[in-house]
Amino acid sequence: MPVATDLAVRLDGVTKTYGSGDAKVVALRGVDLEVRAGELMMLVGPSGCGKTTLISVVAGILNQDDGECLVFGQNVHAMKDRERVLFRGRNVGFVFQSFNLIPTLTAAENVAVPLLILGTPRREAIRRATETLDRVGIGERGGSLPSQLSGGQQQRVAIARSLVHGPRLIVCDEPTSALDHQTGHKVLELLRDVALADGRSLIIVTHDARIFSFADRIAKMDDGRIVEIVTPSELK
Amino acid sequence: MIYIALKMLTGDRGKYFGILFGLTIASFLITQQMAIFVGLMTRTYGFITDSGLADVWVMDPKVQFIDDIKPIQDTQLLRVRGVQGVDWAVPLYKGILKARLDNGNFQACNVVGLDDATLIGGPAAMVEGRLEDLRSADGIVVDEDGAAGKLAKRNSKGMPVPLRVGNSVELNDHRAVVVGICRVSRTFQSQPVIYTTYTRATTFAPMERKLLSFIQVKAKPGTSPKQLATRITAKTGLAAYTKPEFEDLTISYFMKYTGIPKNFGFAVILGFLVGTAIAGMMFYNFTLENLKYFAALKAMGATNLTLLVMVVVQALLVGGIGFGLGTGAAAIFGKLLGGSELAFRLPWQVLLGTAGAIAVISTFAALLSLWKVVRLEPAVVFKG
Repeated sequence: MPVATDLAVRLDGVTKTYGSGDAKVVALRGVDLEVRAGELMMLVGPSGCGKTTLISVVAGILNQDDGECLVFGQNVHAMKDRERVLFRGRNVGFVFQSFNLIPTLTAAENVAVPLLILGTPRREAIRRATETLDRVGIGERGGSLPSQLSGGQQQRVAIARSLVHGPRLIVCDEPTSALDHQTGHKVLELLRDVALADGRSLIIVTHDARIFSFADRIAKMDDGRIVEIVTPSELK
Repeated sequence: MIYIALKMLTGDRGKYFGILFGLTIASFLITQQMAIFVGLMTRTYGFITDSGLADVWVMDPKVQFIDDIKPIQDTQLLRVRGVQGVDWAVPLYKGILKARLDNGNFQACNVVGLDDATLIGGPAAMVEGRLEDLRSADGIVVDEDGAAGKLAKRNSKGMPVPLRVGNSVELNDHRAVVVGICRVSRTFQSQPVIYTTYTRATTFAPMERKLLSFIQVKAKPGTSPKQLATRITAKTGLAAYTKPEFEDLTISYFMKYTGIPKNFGFAVILGFLVGTAIAGMMFYNFTLENLKYFAALKAMGATNLTLLVMVVVQALLVGGIGFGLGTGAAAIFGKLLGGSELAFRLPWQVLLGTAGAIAVISTFAALLSLWKVVRLEPAVVFKG
């Protein structure tokens, strides 16, 4: 069980290298970072600076080479595979850049997936998924297939899916990159209003400077390191 | 999650029906070719099956199958009757004789001469007339397919008119009168079958020193046919086989010395490969296309075991439906062409064989896919 703590995530000297020999790429060079409970932290920086690697490590889907990564006080990477998968399933919600909604499932069924993974009976899972879709403002589209929804609506479904099982940490990879400015703005408002409720923490990887103002803090990354952590008002 | 797996599979109708189509075609081809093969092989010993009363068949030791006639001396019958454990023993003539048709053509016929007294070894079912009428002068009984087909007369318009009771035919320059029409199992050569008495058959046949083709023997109650066959061989030097042994001997000959098993084996293998190629690769592609969703599921907390169960359920579903559709189509095919010259027999063993083949195809497809899913790094979900 997660340990009660004000810190949602604490990274201490995390390193990650891909490949070996001439093909060796150092993605993270000793990253230190703390994300507080109820905080919206954005990771920004140029392509290839290690943002995606960092949230993969935080989300427990990629092992770091060195350093320590505590999520809710738990060393996720010291867990056995199955334990880590279960921890992820209960405590982490995901919002992907390309939504990753299963095209043959309805919106409600897509949202219900994390609950089904956790073993919730289908009827109950669909009921809770429909409630969550209501919370993100598209409750009436629960029976629609992803192909019948706009980009903004699909991202709302993805957000509902990341929330439905009540995780304490939500990681988002470029959540607005596939959306126009106005829709992106609305999605971020929604994420702030709904996802941060109940003390959840949110880590968003983004290039989109137009949404920086939604962050509590912004970690600027470059070449595998966090070079600066600022508030939106401090950002030049 | 099984619900999700099924919706992922059936939601994309095009791919789903593509996979089903491949498995159905494979299942159909495998079942149909195996059923025809079994049908053909069954025909090779159809005559033995029809002669239901005898426990043991006695013949020249060099005989290799039912149509490989190597006559023995009539006196051998008496020697066989003298063997301990023999309840009764009757002679059987079997030979190919030419029947002269109305138009002057000749048709080779399978002539069977039955024991004059008992008529043992006769056809299983009479369609017209009675078997006992064979005892009337020049009497013969013709099988219904031969009577309506190769031995049919022609009317003034050249249309075939089936042989009827009372018609006469010319067998090896001897007059024969049709006294009955019977139903027999189709033979491998599909020649008309003509039954008559043993004595009359030997008069129809060309003069030879030996004319006795087989001796049919019944074992006394309490005597094992197998033991009796061994005893007859020991006492007479003739070959003696129980009915199942003689059927096996005949099938073995065709399996060994004809290309039939190879030809059908290739067709079955072809069906198997077509199924594997179409269904296997389509299923594999289906998994590949869904790999990013599997990765997302993995990231969201689905274990490898959960994903494996999903893939296996998908494979089992398409395999099961494909098997059902394919074997059903093959059964309809057999039913529609039943009674024609097409040999088609669908015993449960064929269905079991097809089920095994489809299981192998589905498992192969699933294994290919599982390999990808198990090795999948959930971190790929963040790679756009």
